[in-house]
Amino acid sequence: MRHRHKRKLIDRLSHGWMLFSLMIVLLIPLAIGLGLVMKSLPILQQGDFGKLLIGTDWHPLKGRFGFLPFIVSSLYVTLLSFLIAGPICLMAAIYLTQYARRWLLKIMHPVIDVLAGIPSVVYGVWGVLVIVPFIARQLAPFCGRESSGYSLLAGAIVLAVMSIPFILNLLIEVFTAMPIELKEASLALGATYWETIKRVLLREGFSGIVAAFGLGISKALGETIAVLMVVGNVVCIPDGVLQAGYPLPALIANNYGEMMSIPLYDSALMLAALILFVIILLFNGLARLTMKRGRVQR
Amino acid sequence: MKRRKQIEESVCKVLMAGATYLIILTLLFLIFVILKRGLRSVSWEMITQVPKGGYYFGEEGGILNAIVGSFYIAAGATFLAFLIGLPVALFMNVFLTRHERLLERIRFFMDVLWGVPSIVYGAFGFAVMVYLGLRASLLAGIITVTLLIVPIMIRAMDEVLRMIPQGLLEASYALGSTRTEISFKVFCRQALPGMITAVLLAFGRGIGDTASVLFTAGYTDYIPETLLQPVATLPLAIFFQLSSPIPEVQERAYAAAVVLTVIILVVSLLARLLSARFKEHVLK
Repeated sequence: MRHRHKRKLIDRLSHGWMLFSLMIVLLIPLAIGLGLVMKSLPILQQGDFGKLLIGTDWHPLKGRFGFLPFIVSSLYVTLLSFLIAGPICLMAAIYLTQYARRWLLKIMHPVIDVLAGIPSVVYGVWGVLVIVPFIARQLAPFCGRESSGYSLLAGAIVLAVMSIPFILNLLIEVFTAMPIELKEASLALGATYWETIKRVLLREGFSGIVAAFGLGISKALGETIAVLMVVGNVVCIPDGVLQAGYPLPALIANNYGEMMSIPLYDSALMLAALILFVIILLFNGLARLTMKRGRVQR
Repeated sequence: MKRRKQIEESVCKVLMAGATYLIILTLLFLIFVILKRGLRSVSWEMITQVPKGGYYFGEEGGILNAIVGSFYIAAGATFLAFLIGLPVALFMNVFLTRHERLLERIRFFMDVLWGVPSIVYGAFGFAVMVYLGLRASLLAGIITVTLLIVPIMIRAMDEVLRMIPQGLLEASYALGSTRTEISFKVFCRQALPGMITAVLLAFGRGIGDTASVLFTAGYTDYIPETLLQPVATLPLAIFFQLSSPIPEVQERAYAAAVVLTVIILVVSLLARLLSARFKEHVLK
């Protein structure tokens, strides 16, 4: 009898512990959102939000905070990196799942794991060692421009390499999850292999592909250290990819230590973090929804 | 017409194969560059000593403070994340199996949470620290990194637990087990290989992340003795030393990058080996 009581008590206790942990995890994003909003209230009360977003004037000492240069830089770097990584990943995913021998897909999994596991600061070091000098010495003179190498393009290339394992992994999943009957039906109707891929698989996997790209983009948008190390960090609205830029995450990371003495500065940086948080949550949520919907349709 | 189709297919095939090999080559190239540039400066002294006077002007010392600090942070955070993550993953797969819609929502939520960048966690952690009047410390670093790796750990464990057939759950119920006993005696054991992978995955993420510890853990030349002291971390050691104008110090950043890369590679290798090793406890 006592034994049973003990078992029940343990069950209760562990149930409580589990519920408590789940609550904590569910509360994390709420706490983050609330904390960031509260911290950025002072600056939001000062000027109107629209003006802050499209303002180009960034002089914290004079109390002027315009986020446009940072937002534009972030968009530049992220989209450019996507233009590099997206097509490469899509082509590699099709090749690996449709044409390649089994062993290639098998060795690809550890390759993806390792690439995904390498810390971003190491990617940054690689960028400084390889990409930056390449742009400064070869690419820029070739285009007839001058560049220190620390540029939006360098940031985009490093970012592209970083997001490849992530996107590729998702895409491989999309293609392997497709029912084989679809392919067989198309081939039976006399389509060539390539036509089947183009007309059937790509169309069938469309929502999955879009979702994978969306997740890749939102991940790239928040990447901090690797980009910060190679992008140059100059406050201006960039007008070319060989120029330096200053994305939002880099802004937060670079200025956090010193901002305490300047009024509103910490509030402005918190607002930057809040913008990043909201955009990425939205993007991520939409991409995940698209992915789920694609699965349900089938 | 037929010829054109064939040409199109073979051209595309070559392009796609090219893309695949490009990815593999990039990985090899990356590791090659990091190793080649850094191995020159890796020495025994470097990984067994803390920085001495004049270290940041290129004189004696090493990065032991950062190596130990990184292990403290990653181990502490992994432990905390395990304490929170394991019950959540078990709860989802043992207690909530009948509430599919709720489960689906929780999974969706975790996936979205996974995407939040570490700089946001770092900024949030710092804001909370300022609010509470704390200074950058080992404890603050551990908590921030915990927040970052909890969703990763939960989703990784959840993926493994999900694969366990319902029959096992039903059989355990039929034998009169409580849900707690099913969770810890049956499910944990069945999922052990995957759990190990999940923990090591989270550990790897924790040890390599820079942006979250940038403001919360601080930086110091000493190995911390209490939870409230600031602590150095490897990624930050790389980052700070690389931005130094002195070539000797930069060399050390490359060496530190090798140390970090090797740690990560060892952890991921360990994850593979251990999870293969513990497969013998799994019922098939």
